[in-house]
Amino acid sequence: MKGARATRTTVALKLAMAGSGFLFVGFVLAHMYGNLKAFAGHDAFNEYAEHLRELGEPLLPHEGALWILRLGLLLSLVVHVVTGVILWRRAARARTTKYTVKKTSGVTRASLMMRWGGVTILVFLVWHLLNFTIGKVNPQGGATNDPYNLLVDTFDVWWMTVIYLVAMLALGAHLHHGIWSAAQTLGWTGTAAKRRRAKQVGLATALVISVGYSLVPLAVLAGIITK
Amino acid sequence: MNLTLKIWRQPDASSAGAMHTYQLSDVSPDMSFLEMLDVLNEQLNEKGEDPVAFDHDCREGICGSCGLMINGDAHGPEVTTTCQLHMRSFSDGETITIEPWRSDAFPVIKDLVVDRSAFDRIVQQGGYISVNTGSAPEAHSVPVPREDALRAFNVATCIGCGACVAACPNGSASLFMGAKITHLGELPQGQPERDSRVVNMVAQHDHEGFGGCTNIGACTAACPKEIPLDVISQLNKDLRTAIRHGH
Repeated sequence: MKGARATRTTVALKLAMAGSGFLFVGFVLAHMYGNLKAFAGHDAFNEYAEHLRELGEPLLPHEGALWILRLGLLLSLVVHVVTGVILWRRAARARTTKYTVKKTSGVTRASLMMRWGGVTILVFLVWHLLNFTIGKVNPQGGATNDPYNLLVDTFDVWWMTVIYLVAMLALGAHLHHGIWSAAQTLGWTGTAAKRRRAKQVGLATALVISVGYSLVPLAVLAGIITK
Repeated sequence: MNLTLKIWRQPDASSAGAMHTYQLSDVSPDMSFLEMLDVLNEQLNEKGEDPVAFDHDCREGICGSCGLMINGDAHGPEVTTTCQLHMRSFSDGETITIEPWRSDAFPVIKDLVVDRSAFDRIVQQGGYISVNTGSAPEAHSVPVPREDALRAFNVATCIGCGACVAACPNGSASLFMGAKITHLGELPQGQPERDSRVVNMVAQHDHEGFGGCTNIGACTAACPKEIPLDVISQLNKDLRTAIRHGH
């Protein structure tokens, strides 16, 4: 093709999705580490939260490192969502006449849930930021300036815990397929053995993240983590 | 065997199509799927009806002409081409739904026949190597490591039937392209055009309206030649390398 550019192909869009996706995997792992501090008690958790704001000082201003991370994440989110929407629309246009009968032989359920699962995670993200970061909404009406107490007050409400558990199921499914799919897109799975390994790493990481995140809400509900 | 056949009928590319139901009795389990359709067409001819159009050529599983969506599986329930599928894979009294490949890049010409020349145009963009014709070069002058030769041979079995596209929920032709990219990229003769090959083939693929790959794997499950999913990894890697080389 005349004037064909590698950077303007669907594969380049996938590369952007894979790269931004891997950044998110790093982020959710670090975020989970912070969450699990809740098991160390009120002071340890709040100190960790405060320390995040002091990270890089005095070289960086207060909350400087945090804002750099936030901007990086926001940029990754824009890249991940925009490329996802473009590829979703392309796929929809590639088959406008549907099959009357279509089987999904040899396919994992998680791989078919990537798009709506992604939308679910995006909606949850907005909810979660309103809950803990931007809005700081305490469903029990208590104080919101104490991160640990806000966390306990939130997950003491059973339906809040349910919302978070559902979101972690969606995230787990997304990572189960997404991690290995990103490895394949980056060209790291050129043999059957490497493909198997990438799928194992994807499943293991998805389990660690979804279970790791679910521990804190469940522990609050079970009365293991209390104020 | 007695069968109920639900078949997509469409008089031509510009007309609307619909599923039609036919009853077929006394089908031998030893018939191939296409022979079963031949019998149906004989009966339709006798009744003065238009026979069902379907693509076929070699009928021995090597040309890639035949290809039907059978009960929601590309080429039916076995790992083979439609012509090598036999009626013993079905049961007496079964309802079989037969549809053409569904892809906007493969428009229906008539009934079950689709136009797959989009594949030809992708191959024209790089699915070849440039060599001087004339006297055949000495085969041993360019050594090929055994592992590379095996991988190239294994993926060169792709017959371009289009089952990967038909099965893919995204309507992507990545397995087909990956097979060509890997086949030529594993061999010394494929190296000079390696970067331009992947860029031009993927650009043509996108231009034809195929979807992007999300690594679901329905393609490799449907492939009658069992082309493995790692050719798509190779395709992606070659494109990433081409970006690094400034293409």
